[in-house]
Amino acid sequence: MSNTPPLLEVRNLRVEFPTRRGTLVAIDDVSFSISPGEVLGVVGESGAGKSMTGAAIIGLLEPPGRIARGEILLNGKRIDNLRYEQMRRIRGREIGAIFQDPLTTLNPLYTVGKQLAETMTTHLPIGPAEAKRRAIEWLELVGIPAAAQRIDSYPHEFSGGMRQRVVIALALCAEPKLIVADEPTTALDVSIQAQVIALLKTLAREKGTAMMLVTHDMGVIAETADRVAVMYAGRIAEIGPVREVVKHANHPYSAGLMGSIPPLDRRVERLAQIDGAMPRLSAIPQGCAYNPRCPQVFDKCRELRPDLLDAGTTRAACWLYDTEAVRG
Amino acid sequence: MADAPPMFEARNLARHFDVSRPLLQRIVSREGKRTLRAVDGISFAIPKGTTLSLVGESGCGKSTVARLCVGLYTPTAGAVVFDGRDLAEARALADQRRRMQMIFQDPYASLNPRWRVGDIIAEPIRAFGLIGTRAEQDNRVAELLTQVGLSPLDRVKFPHEFSGGQRQRISIARALSSNPEFLVCDEPTSALDVSVQAQILNLMKELQQRLNLTFLFISHNLAVVRQVSDRIGVMYLGRLAELAPAETLFRTPRHPYTRALMEAIPDLEMTGRERIPVGGEVPSPITPPSGCAFHPRCPLANDRCKRERPELKPAGDAMVACHAVEEGRDDAMPMPAIVRSAA
Repeated sequence: MSNTPPLLEVRNLRVEFPTRRGTLVAIDDVSFSISPGEVLGVVGESGAGKSMTGAAIIGLLEPPGRIARGEILLNGKRIDNLRYEQMRRIRGREIGAIFQDPLTTLNPLYTVGKQLAETMTTHLPIGPAEAKRRAIEWLELVGIPAAAQRIDSYPHEFSGGMRQRVVIALALCAEPKLIVADEPTTALDVSIQAQVIALLKTLAREKGTAMMLVTHDMGVIAETADRVAVMYAGRIAEIGPVREVVKHANHPYSAGLMGSIPPLDRRVERLAQIDGAMPRLSAIPQGCAYNPRCPQVFDKCRELRPDLLDAGTTRAACWLYDTEAVRG
Repeated sequence: MADAPPMFEARNLARHFDVSRPLLQRIVSREGKRTLRAVDGISFAIPKGTTLSLVGESGCGKSTVARLCVGLYTPTAGAVVFDGRDLAEARALADQRRRMQMIFQDPYASLNPRWRVGDIIAEPIRAFGLIGTRAEQDNRVAELLTQVGLSPLDRVKFPHEFSGGQRQRISIARALSSNPEFLVCDEPTSALDVSVQAQILNLMKELQQRLNLTFLFISHNLAVVRQVSDRIGVMYLGRLAELAPAETLFRTPRHPYTRALMEAIPDLEMTGRERIPVGGEVPSPITPPSGCAFHPRCPLANDRCKRERPELKPAGDAMVACHAVEEGRDDAMPMPAIVRSAA
């Protein structure tokens, strides 16, 4: 997509969950890449597979989920087939993870400073004194006042917004090249959310860190991401530059999704709505998974599953953009 | 608007919670009692058939107001007046209780997982003895399910067989089953995906028009609130900062907190634009700041704001609790970008 080789490349990823009643395919044939310094937003409804894609990349899929096909490359090297110990070293050092709930990410029994210092001494060639000095620096950088005093505080002594800043510091302190952030601001109030997003953006820009930002909040995506992938029923429905996907979506699903967001700048009598609901993993329809809800459905959609096709400004998995399609 | 008596009124409503440590610990460490002033003197009125929304960040007391309004909490001070009657008095009468219902935030927690949908929806009908025979009850349940966009056949299913959006429809059907006139909705869509949120908001608006319902709508999402409200109250630390007709609030927000809140919201129009965060955090309601509770975060704060608590005073067709607005100093703070771009 750009001249620089991608930092992260996901090729034809497929994640399966074997169950007693057959195998469920949670993610199917998902491919994308992220360049250094780039922010890729991943959006979609709950159950679309966005968080699971993130979990697959950082190697923390919940068993019995497993990568059944495809590969994940970081800097051109495969990381999807590494052993647990090898992957553990990559997590933290090369890939930082930020999750939705800051309380479950932090260990309640250790002080914030100890957790930061331990992460750095594990991954970076520095001693404890240097690690402590840097821990204070990081806390200051993420906007925690009186960092030198608060370094010996425990997570419960911080408020929600402050804790999420600590989590961000923790994810960034080993200076990873890629950050996988899963709903990093969902648990926060708007005013705190704005502070956290501003912080993530600045850090990504200054340190050249690439970011995969998973969220269902389209407003956050619009202001943060460079490119967006819209997921539906385990597949990418559309991927492209943020401005195009948000304003001029080509896939009927992304268009519907954007249309259903209540606008802040005017009152509308009736919000656009997509009728029905996303199919369950055990009952994904034949052909395009969106066809039962799609206002522009035609015969081919019910039979064959579309791959990502060139839709001009974006790439969309929709037969409308198949040059050879015969509309029926 | 003021001609007809309001359907619902809150008068100087307050609710304090005792959050003191146990007596022995207090004696040992020689500290006094501690009170959390979740709601600290707010007043508003809702005319019949209209929607009043309360917005604010978490901890501002908006959910406590919702619970006070349906009688799940008793007020520490002040009164709730429902259709001319004090709520405490009205709650004693089954016929009055029937007229108000609540829709909760989490459709996964507010439906009994062991009950069939039909029984969940019929419970208020049975509890209030509204319809005698079983066959008629079944008909009414079928009608309610159709009204909220579900199938009458769904009544034999259990809640776990439904998605979040469908469960919220079931909650709405249950709330409507006693033919209420007043509904309190506490964040009814914040647990839902945007596409489902649009379905539920459209449904609520439709039902309001068809059944002439009066809504108290609690939300943290200003964009959602703009779509559904006639009037909006902005809450901060247990008090109303601003109370205004919806369009006035979005055209000319007056209170510095309202402006800051609007500036902080991400919006689809935001691509490539920086938003300006409100500095600092919501202070603890146990030890609120002196004077105006917003003064530590307010760019317009002066000595008077630190000393003296502002009361809600008329400013145009809005009510604003701000010394800066009263003194005409609010021009110093620019209107949020969203307001400027709409103008």
